[in-house]
Amino acid sequence: MSLLQVEDLAIHFGGVKAVDGVSFSVEPGEVFSIIGPNGAGKSTIFNLISRFYKPTRGTIRFDGQDITHLSAHQIAPLGIARTFQNIELFDHSTVLDNLLMGRHTHRSTNWVQDMMFLPKVRRAERGHRQKVEEVIEFLELEAYRDKLIAGLPYGVRKVVEIGRALAMGPKMILLDEPASGLSVEESQDVAYWVEDMRRDMGLTVLMVEHDMGLVNQVSDRVLAVANGEPLAMGTPAEVQADPQVKAAYLGTEVDA
Amino acid sequence: MELIQLIIGGVATGCVYGLVALGFVLIYKATEGVNFAQGDMMMLGAFVALGLVNADYWALPFIPGVILAAAIMGGVGYGVDRFVVRQIFGQPQFALVILTIAMGFVFRFAAGAIWGFTPLVLETPFAGKSLHFGGVIIGYEDLVTIIVTGLLTLGLWLFFQYTRIGLAAQAASQNQMAAYIVGVPVRRINSTIWALSGVVSTIAGVLYASKGAIDPNIGLLGIKAFAAAVIGGFGSLPGALLGGILIGVVEPVAARYLPGGISQMSPYIIMLAVLVTRPNGLFAQIYAKKV
Amino acid sequence: MKVIFKTSYDNDIDLHEDWWARGKIIALVAVMAVLPFLVGEYYLAEATNTLIWSLAGMGLMVLVGHTGQASLGHAAFMAIGAYTDAALMNIGVPWVVAFPLAGLAAGLFGALVAIPAVRMSGIYLAIATLALFVIVEEMIIILEPITGGVGGIFAPSITIAGVDFDRYASLNNFYWLCLGCVVLVTWLYANLLRSPTGRSFLAVRDSEVSARALGINVTRTRALAFGLSCAMTGLAGALMGHYISFFNYELFSVFISINLLLVVTIGGLGFIQGAFFGAILITAVPQLIAILRDGLNSTTGIDLGSIPGLDTLIFSAILVGFIIYEPAGLYGRWLKLRVWFQLFPLARRDMFRRQKTYLKTERMR
Repeated sequence: MSLLQVEDLAIHFGGVKAVDGVSFSVEPGEVFSIIGPNGAGKSTIFNLISRFYKPTRGTIRFDGQDITHLSAHQIAPLGIARTFQNIELFDHSTVLDNLLMGRHTHRSTNWVQDMMFLPKVRRAERGHRQKVEEVIEFLELEAYRDKLIAGLPYGVRKVVEIGRALAMGPKMILLDEPASGLSVEESQDVAYWVEDMRRDMGLTVLMVEHDMGLVNQVSDRVLAVANGEPLAMGTPAEVQADPQVKAAYLGTEVDA
Repeated sequence: MELIQLIIGGVATGCVYGLVALGFVLIYKATEGVNFAQGDMMMLGAFVALGLVNADYWALPFIPGVILAAAIMGGVGYGVDRFVVRQIFGQPQFALVILTIAMGFVFRFAAGAIWGFTPLVLETPFAGKSLHFGGVIIGYEDLVTIIVTGLLTLGLWLFFQYTRIGLAAQAASQNQMAAYIVGVPVRRINSTIWALSGVVSTIAGVLYASKGAIDPNIGLLGIKAFAAAVIGGFGSLPGALLGGILIGVVEPVAARYLPGGISQMSPYIIMLAVLVTRPNGLFAQIYAKKV
Repeated sequence: MKVIFKTSYDNDIDLHEDWWARGKIIALVAVMAVLPFLVGEYYLAEATNTLIWSLAGMGLMVLVGHTGQASLGHAAFMAIGAYTDAALMNIGVPWVVAFPLAGLAAGLFGALVAIPAVRMSGIYLAIATLALFVIVEEMIIILEPITGGVGGIFAPSITIAGVDFDRYASLNNFYWLCLGCVVLVTWLYANLLRSPTGRSFLAVRDSEVSARALGINVTRTRALAFGLSCAMTGLAGALMGHYISFFNYELFSVFISINLLLVVTIGGLGFIQGAFFGAILITAVPQLIAILRDGLNSTTGIDLGSIPGLDTLIFSAILVGFIIYEPAGLYGRWLKLRVWFQLFPLARRDMFRRQKTYLKTERMR
């Protein structure tokens, strides 16, 4: 059964149809990419899945459960983690604390226990730290562990955000333009990490990305959207061969 | 009859609240900052006018005196933005809240040091005169307040609708960064708006002073004007005015017909009710933040 | 610079990173504990006042410094604490029960108010709390049978297990009592910050969107922060009531709220230490002004006492200065000084240059 099923999803802002009639499903362990020109509604689809926006029409099902009407904060506990296009980290905290914040869905203590700092809290903290250290090792963030986010270079912040999502231990991760603004080497790292997430962690990856090189390298299937409507779906090669996609998107891109 | 009397007095008082609220909204619309010293600016404006007009001080004729006072306070507003508020451009909103609260204390100190803390009365040409309609008595000062408020609101509306700087200010209020990039002189506009807000609060101060004695603590009226601005939606000029009038009317009516204490609380109760039920005010446009 | 060799995750989980840091805190508490034997009654009373202000300051710090919400009405919660405590003790409830109940009452009231209030952001919350303050002030006057109305209320002296803690008769004991409360609350607060709850506060402060994506219930978190903040402030209010002994609603004026804001901003937003630095400043400055005034008066004959409101002017000037030139507050300045000494003579001038920040709009759009 599909892990994520999106059916006939639509959201209209006033008269603007930002997303209209998009359907797709993502299988467990799959890397699924959404591509499209700027303003095509790719990030809007993500925001609909994270429940930041309320869809005008359609349903979203995750792991057999209808999540269309949940609140935004009820999404993470189901096992959906995400990153943001314009990096939304906690700027005044260290990398370590940012990653620990990713463990929120796994907290086992309440605020009263926290304030007394009972032995139980310490045990839980050690457990969280263990998991976070695994993520730090995976993403090679050791050198930045105790640094404040505010002073970090852009590329590192992007990686920290992926790390925060991974620290959650999700079933599915939504990556919103993970390679935008990165150097060639850095986006190559992202490609390896996506591959490892799928292979070693058994994660399902849903990705919005402009870098066609990255998309071709890691995606099992690709959905192309334009003006909020789906154009084509299939393997990266199939989608790029689609005449409609060429016209709407790749035709204007030089280095496909 | 008594109710009508209360309502007319309330509308006039409400106009003063509304004008102070207008001052908040002007600055909020243009700069996204909230000037917590607005009430104290009104107080200072009233005192400057008093200092120019009263026989004990400069004894200027009333109208030129008030115009000069408005001009002085416009300068004060401009200066506050230019030399204080601009220094913290880019810091969180909270910094401005504290900064303007502190500015309010400075204004209060200045007024107290110059004019003292004993209540003073502004000498106006229309003091003590009134019109009679059947059983209803309308004081000249109430009439003047209502007319001046109406004219001022119309003037501000024309300013934002038709003048170059007014239109630029509107653009800046939509998106400061974008306005800056397309060449709108955002900083100068911010200062101009502060100056304008100083002028409006002076007029509010003079109207307030025409109804009774003033002392440096009348700036606390700013809290009530806040309630008015929030009820009106904080981004809407007519909303602020209507919010002020609503409060101005409810207060005396509640004092007359409801148990004691309720009247003093009524503006805030209305405000909290509006905040809870319609957080964007009764007259505001609603936007959702883009992620 | 000192490098700490961490060998266990506990190094990061513990409150202090090593025994040197822990020792300094222990030494500080020890000095505070023997203070009654070192200074006279007048200064001991001032020290007590400072402790109470730091407690209230910590309350506001939870909200402003760690959850990023502004409150201009915290005096209202001090008042609720003070009146609950005094009224309960007046009907014979012992202090050990009345005091926690006072905190609880303020906290519950705060959380209750917070549920609608926390949906508002920034400026709206500030205004709503200001309005709440006016309403509470009026309620105090209306509820005369409980609060004594305009006339005021008497906070009975505290007796625990036969030991007298009266503010006048046994100031030493009262001082130790306040110190104990402050140490306890500081410990709870510090624990909070190193735990998941504290992290969720910071998350809500720095990025609401991210916090929601991580599964944090923003409304609930804010209400909790608001409640905890009000509870701490309420406890401070209760102690303040005993410190003043006989008070009416005027004790908790809007200026108290402003002073509290002063404590947290000048002290250093986002640091527990900031609340203490701020409290010391606002209790010490009036003393300094008084000393200065007397000095000027006796030497030069200039009578500054004839200018009313000079204290508030000086406070305001300090506040404006800090906001413009040192937004990190006294504690931030202290941290920089410390680094400067540690690196001496290698510290560079531009090391702490503030990063250019761009206007981060809070307007919904």
